[in-house]
Amino acid sequence: MSTRLATGGRLIDRNKPLGFSFNGKRMTGYAGDTLASALLANGQMLVGRSFKYHRPRGIVARGAEEPNALANFGESAAFEPNQRMTTTPLTEGAVIASQNHWPSLEFDIGAINARMARFLPAGFYYKTFNWPRGFWKHIYEPFIRRSAGLGKAPKERDEDRYEHLYAFCDVLVIGGGIAGLVAAKAAGDSGQRVILIEQTGSWGGRAAVDGGQIDGIEVMQWIKETLQELEKNKNITIRPNTMGAGIYDHGYTLAYEQTHDLNAPRHRLWRIRAAKIITATGAIERPLSFANNDLPGVMLASAVRDYLADCGVSAGDRTVIVTNNDDAYRTAVALKEGGLEVPAILDARPDPLGQLVEKARDLGIRVEAGRGVASVTGKGRVQGVDVCLHAGEGAVLETIPCEAVAMSGGWSPVVHLWSHCRGKLIWDEEQAHFRPDPSRPPINHDGQGFVITAGSASGALQTNDVLADAHRAASGAGTPPVSDAISEGPIMPVWVMPQGAGIEKRAKMFLDYQNDVKVSDVQLAAQEGYESVEHAKRYTTLGMATDQGKLSNINGLAVLSDALHQPIPDTGTTTFRPPYTPISMASIAGDARGELFQPLRRTPLHDWHEDNGAHWEPVGQWRRPYAFVRTGESVDQAVAREVTATRTSLGLLDASTLGKIIVKGPDAGKFLDMMYTNMMSNLAVGKCRYGLMCSENGFLIDDGVVARMSEDTWLCHTTTGGADHIHGHMEEWLQTEWWDWKVYTANVTEQWAQIGIVGPNARKVLEKIGGIDVSAETLPFMTWAEGKLGGIPVRAFRISFSGELSYEIAVAANQGRALWDMLHAAGDEHGATSYGTEALHIMRAEKGFIMIGDETDGTVIPQDLGLDWAISKKKDDYLGKRAQARSHMTDRNRWKLVGLETLDGSVLPDGAYAVADGENANGQRKTQGRVTSTYQSPTLGRGIAMGLVSNGPDRMGDVLNFPDTDGKPHEARIVSPVFYDPDGEKQNV
Amino acid sequence: MRRYSAFAIAREVLRHHQGWERAWAKPEPRKQYDVIIVGAGGHGLATAYYLGKNHGITNVAVLEKGWLGGGNTGRNTTIIRSNYLQDPSAAIYEKARSLYETLSQDLNMNVMFSPRGVMMLAQTEHEVRGYVRTAHANALQGVQTEFIGPERVKELCPIIRIDGPRYPVLGALWQARGGTARHDAVAWGYARACSDMGMHIIQKCEVTGIRTEGGNVTGVETTRGPIGCSKLGLVAAGHSGVLAQMAGFRLPLESVALQALVSEPIKPCMDVVVMANTVHGYMSQSDKGEMVIGGGTDGFNNYTQRGSFHHIEETVRALVETFPMIARLKMLRQWGGIVDVTGDRSPIISPTPVGGLFVNCGWGTGGFKAIPGGGWATAEMIAKGAPGPLAAEFGLNRFREGRFIDESVAAGVAH
Repeated sequence: MSTRLATGGRLIDRNKPLGFSFNGKRMTGYAGDTLASALLANGQMLVGRSFKYHRPRGIVARGAEEPNALANFGESAAFEPNQRMTTTPLTEGAVIASQNHWPSLEFDIGAINARMARFLPAGFYYKTFNWPRGFWKHIYEPFIRRSAGLGKAPKERDEDRYEHLYAFCDVLVIGGGIAGLVAAKAAGDSGQRVILIEQTGSWGGRAAVDGGQIDGIEVMQWIKETLQELEKNKNITIRPNTMGAGIYDHGYTLAYEQTHDLNAPRHRLWRIRAAKIITATGAIERPLSFANNDLPGVMLASAVRDYLADCGVSAGDRTVIVTNNDDAYRTAVALKEGGLEVPAILDARPDPLGQLVEKARDLGIRVEAGRGVASVTGKGRVQGVDVCLHAGEGAVLETIPCEAVAMSGGWSPVVHLWSHCRGKLIWDEEQAHFRPDPSRPPINHDGQGFVITAGSASGALQTNDVLADAHRAASGAGTPPVSDAISEGPIMPVWVMPQGAGIEKRAKMFLDYQNDVKVSDVQLAAQEGYESVEHAKRYTTLGMATDQGKLSNINGLAVLSDALHQPIPDTGTTTFRPPYTPISMASIAGDARGELFQPLRRTPLHDWHEDNGAHWEPVGQWRRPYAFVRTGESVDQAVAREVTATRTSLGLLDASTLGKIIVKGPDAGKFLDMMYTNMMSNLAVGKCRYGLMCSENGFLIDDGVVARMSEDTWLCHTTTGGADHIHGHMEEWLQTEWWDWKVYTANVTEQWAQIGIVGPNARKVLEKIGGIDVSAETLPFMTWAEGKLGGIPVRAFRISFSGELSYEIAVAANQGRALWDMLHAAGDEHGATSYGTEALHIMRAEKGFIMIGDETDGTVIPQDLGLDWAISKKKDDYLGKRAQARSHMTDRNRWKLVGLETLDGSVLPDGAYAVADGENANGQRKTQGRVTSTYQSPTLGRGIAMGLVSNGPDRMGDVLNFPDTDGKPHEARIVSPVFYDPDGEKQNV
Repeated sequence: MRRYSAFAIAREVLRHHQGWERAWAKPEPRKQYDVIIVGAGGHGLATAYYLGKNHGITNVAVLEKGWLGGGNTGRNTTIIRSNYLQDPSAAIYEKARSLYETLSQDLNMNVMFSPRGVMMLAQTEHEVRGYVRTAHANALQGVQTEFIGPERVKELCPIIRIDGPRYPVLGALWQARGGTARHDAVAWGYARACSDMGMHIIQKCEVTGIRTEGGNVTGVETTRGPIGCSKLGLVAAGHSGVLAQMAGFRLPLESVALQALVSEPIKPCMDVVVMANTVHGYMSQSDKGEMVIGGGTDGFNNYTQRGSFHHIEETVRALVETFPMIARLKMLRQWGGIVDVTGDRSPIISPTPVGGLFVNCGWGTGGFKAIPGGGWATAEMIAKGAPGPLAAEFGLNRFREGRFIDESVAAGVAH
């Protein structure tokens, strides 16, 4: 059983005990423990169940590569599933629960799947559940879905804070092992700005565990002194608990900081722009594939050593070492020196010779060369190993009782970050791993590599090679530090143990522990033609678990290569994708949640609206009042009241959201003639003109009133939703096509408050306030003037979107509220009524004015809307002109704008289509038109609608059927779209 | 080909599955085929399959420069729906959706089509009106959809926050028979069925040139030598433009990366597919338990199948707002797929200026859901030499004539 030893543990503080619970059971650990080390210290080897077979699973690794030890962690709003126990620091009161079992971790009904394993090999889903039809959706899938997933779904809203931070540097060093420290120091010493990040809370990486000397001093002391030097250097920023998550184009790097500090944001997401990135990300030990290698108690040899040195935790009193390389001997030596038993080292190599081997032998450890594990024995946990000849088929030579197995299949450099931006790998035959190919790095905009690897991330596995490589990576001056590390003997690649294992054994050798992918599964994939490494991955789910194959991928593709009788490099790897380990969704969202999700744009009158019953409607990032609802009134009643008040006396509209773009310069007129279908260059100063803008494809994209301010300046009004993208549209043409035209544009939408004063009494109110002359003679329809109103400087536009006598008064945004209040006070005697967007829409529809987004949908040209009058015939060109000449655009049967009146006065259903006789070749009902806007008109007391109907303007009086979605017919007659004041007498007074 | 059946599985269990055959053969290319399809993605393989099944043409090769199903078929978010606005779109996507209903049986491989329902959230008045209109159009097109209110949205998907402070949910367009399928299995199933008909699927075989004679296609040059054919179908998504250039004409396509990601797997909490176009994001939960999330396209053209971060940030932000419970889930993996986008964002299924040469491309962000329909229509066009009713409106001539099939009003940004 795993336990805490009486002494040792360089990272834990035995003076700070921490209480926590696991599956409701009270346990104690120490500050400095991870959840995993604390559980091991409490003898908890079994920590979860695997995905498919619900096999018992124990802790395998010490760090980010852990596939098994995932927990439901925390409670309520702080609950988090799939928390990796090996990288989560223990905190007081931590609540940990194991995942994926029912009713309990120890007794899991789902484990029946393991008994059924022979029925459920890779790809069995694809061959089964296929019949009878309908069973998949209703019977099989619900069953499979219930067993899906690992952790529980969170239920509550996360209340923690998350932060986005930005940084830049000359050199970003990722990884705080000795390689990272050397590289950061060398780069900093040369005067470059350096950021050094490390995913854990401690420095020095593996070297801190394995000891020895660097430059003649003990390695721990060397790490401490080097860190101090880095801290002293102002060019260098150091951040622990910060993981390099992803590298994107142009050296854009994502780093993920877990603060482990209740007073700080929980996670920080760093976006770092670095000219050069040094990845000193180390290497990960590979498991070995032998039968029952998934039993709790089978761990990576390095992890066994780490838990001992870092936390004073032993995986068991008796640990058998299984290896194909020298490094695992360090674990044997450490255990032995720690007073624990090592019954044997089973070394697959026929003739291990290195100095470490000698050291183990000298300590009296039994070293068995050419041996392997035939099978691990035990129920639910390791109880012994059956020893066999590695070169044989697995005949058992002896059984060695033990509590733990420490395995090492060699080391693979962590190449993820290097590979995110397509750095290439080469297969290193001698060390049996893929390592970065320095001649094919990720390429920057200048054709140069921008990522360089350092230390074991480069494939340098011996300490002196690590130090030299890191020094070189940072172009350090002078000579690199030197260690006293002893040299290791060569590795012998072992992908399946024993070599001649039969199918029974191969079906018990796990490659991917979490997803239950076995050697036999990968071989089956190859047998069935899933030969590409991507096919094999997807067919077996190898490497698709939360660890993304950190332990399993290389072993898996070696097995695949063997099955296909091809060299490993020919098989290649699957694609490495960000992030290196999973990062929280909340950290990606950052602060932008709730009210801050998107900026809320407010007009200067927003607060007034809020206080006066505004029923809000989101329009882009704005909120506009849909209507102002009074006590005892429905929204519809409010809308009707607003329309009637405006038509009969006086309405006030907050039109501030309307886009306002200044276009200025010697070529501004020429430019606007291209942007609009109308001629704008000949508009007289002081005059307004209603303009249409089309896309290159001829479709109407925006409309609005253009006013000429001066000889070289125009003010273009756009729709509320259009302001930003129309400004962008203008700039795109100016910057990419007409870059030599002398034109400037500025979006001044928010600089102005704009108020519509609408209705028969509009002029009276303005005259009452006094100032600018707004008489019909001085300020006729479609003109504008500058002046003062009640002492406030204003621009008065005589324009109308309602068909009434109407002014729009623009004032500096900070004067908006003053003018609004003044208008309400002066208009009180006329029952001045604020109205919202719905009343606006109804009044424009009564008048037959089109609305962008209602009458248009990206497929409608101005000619469809009877707007030919707004298309200049004098111009050679404008955006969309050529497109509008295409055969389909000039087809007389195009759907064109008409008014629609139901025969019974009811309101036509919105969005309904007018059906025609018969079906088309695809069996769809033929149509001949559709409703684009439909309202109950308070003015006319009946339903009115606008629509697009095939050849509609030539079919006045025809009756069409617009069935509802349930087929119920609605008959309507084609009429003129202008329902109200067709001669324009009201707006033109 | 041995059929997958309960009996076959029982037999293989007894011998540790050592008797399963290859899913598809690995033949040497012949010198000449009746039809060559370039691109062994979903659409290419489906085209080959329906050439055989519907038109009896089986002397067919499907050439693939990488591994089959390795393009967008293997990297999309697997949503299947047909609630399109315009008639031609609704026709082909509904054809595809209805074929998906029986695809597992047709192919004898479980493609895990799961009609769990797709909802497209309306979060502005404008969106409400757009989806109400689509529901009207769908009713006449024979596509079953309905516009549902916020309470029903919440009932179908309890993890949605319908009263968020910025964009409350006002309703949704609901297609109960939309859903998802296992994307790889669709490619594998078609490949296996094609191979079973004697067709050749040749992977790692890149087309490097197109041979023509008197304006008609006669074959292709490949990295495995020249191969002759009487008819040629280019079904290569984003790389169709490159192939067209080899044949001397241009296609109105732009290629951009579309971003996607998955979370770590959690226990089931979401049974439907939700698309939220106002805030830009969509999400479903796979049978494995991962939340599968799709976002927007990068703002620049490129061919790198890489994930970029700025869109992921927008997408995740939108979804954390829509589904607050995902805040404490973790992003496991992000990637990009290259989508080929036309001027009207609708596909091209068309003859070309070269005789005997046909294209199927331009599916943009919505190709997976169309695979069976696209293959069906392309096969009909290749077999008969001219497009049938499903493909008729998707010809290249529509750009010259201005006959766009624009779904932007209904689809927002993403399909």
